[in-house]
Amino acid sequence: MTAETNMKLIDVIDLEKSFDGKNVLDGISVAINQGDIVVVIGPSGSGKSTFLRCLNCMEDPTGGKIMFDGVNIADMSVNIDVHRRHMGMVFQHFNLFQNKTVLQNIMLAPVHVQLQDLKRNQRKNAWNGLCNLFRSKEKQVAMVPITKTKASINQEARETALKLLERIGLADKADVYPSTLSGGQKQRVAIVRSLAMNPQVILFDEPTSALDPEMVGEVLELMKQVAKEGMTMVVVTHEMGFAREIANKVLFIDGGKILEAGTPEEIFEHPKNARLKEFLSKVLA
Amino acid sequence: MNGFGAKWENFLRIFFEYKGYEKVLEGLGNTLLIAFLGMFIGLLIGTLIAIVRVLPRYKVLPRILNGIATFYVELFRGTPMVVQLLLFYYVMLPLLGMHMTGVQVAIWVFGLNSGAYISEIMRGGILSVDPGQMEAGRALGLSFWTTMVKIVIPQAVKNILPTIGNEFIALIKETSVVSFVGASDLYVAFNYIGSNSYEFMVPYLVMAAIYLVMVILISILIKQMERSLRRSDRRN
Ligand SMILES: Nc1ncnc2c1ncn2[C@@H]1O[C@H](COP(=O)(O)OP(=O)(O)O)[C@@H](O)[C@H]1O
Ligand SMILES: [Mg+2]
Repeated sequence: MTAETNMKLIDVIDLEKSFDGKNVLDGISVAINQGDIVVVIGPSGSGKSTFLRCLNCMEDPTGGKIMFDGVNIADMSVNIDVHRRHMGMVFQHFNLFQNKTVLQNIMLAPVHVQLQDLKRNQRKNAWNGLCNLFRSKEKQVAMVPITKTKASINQEARETALKLLERIGLADKADVYPSTLSGGQKQRVAIVRSLAMNPQVILFDEPTSALDPEMVGEVLELMKQVAKEGMTMVVVTHEMGFAREIANKVLFIDGGKILEAGTPEEIFEHPKNARLKEFLSKVLA
Repeated sequence: MNGFGAKWENFLRIFFEYKGYEKVLEGLGNTLLIAFLGMFIGLLIGTLIAIVRVLPRYKVLPRILNGIATFYVELFRGTPMVVQLLLFYYVMLPLLGMHMTGVQVAIWVFGLNSGAYISEIMRGGILSVDPGQMEAGRALGLSFWTTMVKIVIPQAVKNILPTIGNEFIALIKETSVVSFVGASDLYVAFNYIGSNSYEFMVPYLVMAAIYLVMVILISILIKQMERSLRRSDRRN
């Protein structure tokens, strides 16, 4: 393996998840470093999606910790929305907002969170300004510098979104509704929608499983590009070729446990675990 | 049977010479005012309650809110509108030491009542929206409420617009009971004409016709809205 001077981005510690008393994840521990491309494989129903969805607390873990940027986001008292801004997610069924155009889909979240911040800072300044009137010269509280306006936030987000659309060759689709796109186009828009938030990591749950075969390639191609730019990614997939080519870490999950973890070479060429061998013989057949 | 022509003449006489038309216009205005404002309040209350009733329920506060919302819905769906009007006017207002006109009471009661019905319609609408829409919003760091208001509710409303239209039509027809609390609506107007001409056949026939035309016009309006909403879906 390469010299790991990388910093830990997500540290999963003894993660457990049960649904109605049924244990689906049974003590998962794994560290995900900045720049890692982690591919998660395993039989259907083994807990891969649940694992991925616990990483950004779409499912609340019932035990263990998810340390993200030094904060345990599995703790129910943290404001999860703030952390999710830095974790993108791409779904099997795309989940583009049906009532928004392609451009609006990409712009919505960046504009919303920036406007939220802007309003919060404006409120803070107004309050501090008021309080400063009653404070002595030495005790004056500094204002939060506000450099953006509503219009500039919108403008910037629009430009970013258009650039992203150009990158995937869908600039001409900016103003159409998602229902008019093909599956491959939808998924590529979904990927750039999460890129627009400048996340530190993107989680993919079987991003090509709902696609017609001829559209799988274009989506994988975009994912490879994003990976090469240094994005940290966690990908649940059955695309073993993709795993071999792009991943630097492969996790084999079965029965809610990581039964084997290693480089693609270790996992695909020299598997040790019996169930992994059985699984590979089925999917690679 | 006394000639219908004579009855009609009689009606016209009261209608024009005794300012019956003023009463009718006032009644029509009140009927529309109560229905529109009631619907508006109902939509606000109904949407709020519907959201409360689909909140994830593993915390205490949502559970309490949900209990209150359920009680509210059962209360208003379990008693007739007339009874609610009477209770509001003759029990609640005196107890609170407040005064309101019959029309104001009717607006509030119609709002509260339709809020209960609309909440159920809206809840169905929300549940009909793909849960993936909420997930995508939350995964991007938007809050439950933001995603609800910006993504889920607009899609829900589109799905339930025909049902909401029916609810509005029902509301218009139900305004015919507001005279119980002294609001002058169409019924009061035509009753006035009838009492003055000692003849009720024509006034009530005309009243029925006005209700019918109103409902038909509103149905057309709703169809139009549905069509334009559906078109925005296909825009290319
Ligand atoms: N929301 C849920 N409620 C109850 N059981 C669930 C839920 N989500 C997943 N499960 C169960 O957890 C197990 C693992 O599911 P999942 O993580 O989706 O597996 P995979 O993605 O590997 O196919 C399955 O047995 C599934 O039935
Ligand atoms: Mg899955």
